[in-house]
Amino acid sequence: MNAPVIIDRRRVLAGGGALIVSFSLGSALAQQPDAPAAAAPSPPGSLKTSPYLDAWIRIDANGVEVFTGKAELGQGFKTAFQQIAAEELDVAFESLKLTTADTRLTANEGYTAGSNSMKDSGTAIQNAAAQVRALLIAEAARRLDLPAESLQTADGAVIAPDGKRLSYSELVAGNMLHVQAQPTSKLKDPATFKVIGRPVPRVDIPAKVTGAAAYVQDMRLPGMGHARVVRPPSYGAQLSECDTSAVEKLPGVVKVIRDGNFLAVVAEKEFQSIKAMNALAAAAKWNETARLPKQDDLPNVLTSLPSQDTTIFERGNPAVGIQKTIEATYTRPYQAHGSIGPSCAVAHFVDGSMTVWTHTQGVYPDRQGIAEMLRIPPASVHLIHVEGSGCYGHNGADDAAADAALIARALPGRPVRVQWMREQEHAWEPFGPAMVTKLKASLDGSGKIADWNFDVWSNTHSMRPGGAGSMLAAQHMAQPFAVPAPKPLPLPEGGGDRNAIPFYNFPNARVVHHFISEMPLRISAMRALGAYHNVFSIESFMDELAIIAGADPVEFRLKHLDDRRGRDVIEKAAQAFGWKPDQKPPPDRGYGFAFARYKNLAAYCAIASEIEVNRETGRPRLVRAAAAVDSGQVVNPDGLINQIEGAIVQSMSWTLYESVTFDDTRITSIDWQTYPILRFNSVPESIEVHIIDRPGQPFLGSGETGQGPAAASIANAVANATGKRLRNLPLTRKRIKEAIDA
Amino acid sequence: MMTLKVNGREHQVDAETDTPLLYVLRDDLKLNAAKFGCGLGQCGSCTVIVDGKAVLSCVTPMVLLEGKQVTTLEGLGTIAEPAPIQRAFMEEQAAQCGYCIPGMMMRAQALLQRNSKPTDEQIRAELEPHLCRCGTHMRILRAVHRAARLMDTAEASPAANRSAR
Repeated sequence: MNAPVIIDRRRVLAGGGALIVSFSLGSALAQQPDAPAAAAPSPPGSLKTSPYLDAWIRIDANGVEVFTGKAELGQGFKTAFQQIAAEELDVAFESLKLTTADTRLTANEGYTAGSNSMKDSGTAIQNAAAQVRALLIAEAARRLDLPAESLQTADGAVIAPDGKRLSYSELVAGNMLHVQAQPTSKLKDPATFKVIGRPVPRVDIPAKVTGAAAYVQDMRLPGMGHARVVRPPSYGAQLSECDTSAVEKLPGVVKVIRDGNFLAVVAEKEFQSIKAMNALAAAAKWNETARLPKQDDLPNVLTSLPSQDTTIFERGNPAVGIQKTIEATYTRPYQAHGSIGPSCAVAHFVDGSMTVWTHTQGVYPDRQGIAEMLRIPPASVHLIHVEGSGCYGHNGADDAAADAALIARALPGRPVRVQWMREQEHAWEPFGPAMVTKLKASLDGSGKIADWNFDVWSNTHSMRPGGAGSMLAAQHMAQPFAVPAPKPLPLPEGGGDRNAIPFYNFPNARVVHHFISEMPLRISAMRALGAYHNVFSIESFMDELAIIAGADPVEFRLKHLDDRRGRDVIEKAAQAFGWKPDQKPPPDRGYGFAFARYKNLAAYCAIASEIEVNRETGRPRLVRAAAAVDSGQVVNPDGLINQIEGAIVQSMSWTLYESVTFDDTRITSIDWQTYPILRFNSVPESIEVHIIDRPGQPFLGSGETGQGPAAASIANAVANATGKRLRNLPLTRKRIKEAIDA
Repeated sequence: MMTLKVNGREHQVDAETDTPLLYVLRDDLKLNAAKFGCGLGQCGSCTVIVDGKAVLSCVTPMVLLEGKQVTTLEGLGTIAEPAPIQRAFMEEQAAQCGYCIPGMMMRAQALLQRNSKPTDEQIRAELEPHLCRCGTHMRILRAVHRAARLMDTAEASPAANRSAR
């Protein structure tokens, strides 16, 4: 055992005589991120902010339990975290219990976002598990009076050379250890991994495919009432009159709640609440204001709004000569998360304490917002994450949680379930922001990029709670909370400027972020944030330049990239696809390629695709895609493949079909008819995902890495098939047809 | 009071006749598999089988169901004893968030009951009413093909012989 452990404190759990192993990281706890170099390094991942090992691993008479402050959103990390803990602890995978985000039980890991769960929580669990195992060995060594080096661990026990076993539960229960963990852990040699790196079947799938309760939507608490909200018809609409008396007499209606512009009804049964909601909506009279921008003119509207302009990257080498310069503008509309299950939450207000079961991505920040809205201390609010339908960012989850809390407060003692309707999710979710990018670049005499200018206009990409003002219910109350001032998300991860800085080596480059604080439509975080549009722009423009340079797109990229891992995924994707520099696609088909390293600091992903375009109708069809991904040490290869497959298919849908529509007052894309997404007739023939595993390297995450490369790869294939460059998302059949006919 | 036959059992249900089947399944019978997705018949999440046919339960009022047999995903098998379609989805790991999956499975089940060897094209056409937002489509297609094979072979569990009416 390398990591010396210093006994610090212990804590005995009441009941059952079980003990929680508790470690304090003493001095490390006091470290600030920008502490001087002389200070001890802080522990990795979320151990930095939640250093106690018992925030992650607890052992009692019943076995080992693992905790994460992250929320399972369908990415499958519960399985991956369990694999990590099983590996580093030497405990059977099946025997582990895993608890996810809960403000009374788990660490505060902020939001489950940014493809950071593996990096933050996975790393914390790995290191915590390794240190707990070291601690158990040390305790066994003391009891057996044997050197720690002579002991081994297997299946939840420490084993002595003579075969004597001391179970972890025994060791913890029988000992009173005070332990302080180290900033570094003795992790297992990846060559010896038995659980990490295996395609362990996901722990949540059996329940989901047999109809067991798996979602917050499936919760049924005793005495629970069913609530529906009547939302205003448009942003800023004011409720002028609403005679609720008829609604109150409808069958099953328990209560009508009106608080300013917040209107809701609770009924005994679910369909009764829907009927009452419809009656309430009919009784409500609203004053609306026409204040939405012209959808057709959106790019001009955005670039004309006041912006805070920051040069976020600049590199100069005046020695480079310039031969040819081109410019292009790329745009992205507002796009919807479009969860298949509209948002839902259950709340229960008892004796001044509020409990909310929610599919939020951040139980702690959401708790803060709800506490502020209800004007009660955060300690009186308990948020428990329960899975919902996939969210892909900030959808209606937090708003539904606030709705449930506000309604439940009006019915003390009675649990209330709020279920949003489809139209509400589509109209009121915070959309992925519209964006504009303007690019200008020059080639030198040798066909290499000599200079590069990139300007991006965007709103913030996070209006997530923290404060109550981020939640619709709090905005609509009679004493409303103001929407907080938007802030750009800081680099290096960035928001609107995420992936705006080129990952390629250009001798001259300048990147300007035009941050727009005015938000004509309600927006927030959507999978990959600005990286979706920035990578689409950069990688489309790379192809435009490659064509002018007369270079093969793959070779052109490699020519501008030194990063070895980046080159590896590009070469792997090209090889898997069968990419050849002199390739000629069949008639009406095109090949496209794109690459990015997500956030310029996380996973690497390259995607090659083949598109077929119907020249008569303009209809594009993704025929096949081949991707390569390097996400560092792979924990569950099938889970990683599932994420990348999903990213390609979802990004294809965004890229070819999707834009939020609106008139001067209302959002008009309010269901799947008016906001069409891909259906099975557009599903490709094949998607291949190849993993480049990096044993022992840090976890890089994977949830968002595919969005940008998939979009650009498809756009480049459309250009290759038609000879026409489309720069405005989505690349609809109509736009492609118009480009072909132009 | 209406009589509703679900998964082989008769239930007395106290619901108004215009109540869509989905709410009776979820609210009165406490079944989870049929999901609320849109309430408009646009996404397929609520699909169940009625007299052998895939039906969108969110837009099917109770008045149309007198004397009919309703099968939900719960009626096909259990975690311990999964039906071939359930085994196939587990083996192909054909879910991300999984919310749309039960509806997909029910329509696939209805297809496989009337056509035990569907082509890929037939499966895609059949699943057209269904939306998946996570992009799990490739796996869903593989799972339906696998279910077809499982139903055809003796290796399927005893639940294999249970069919939805």
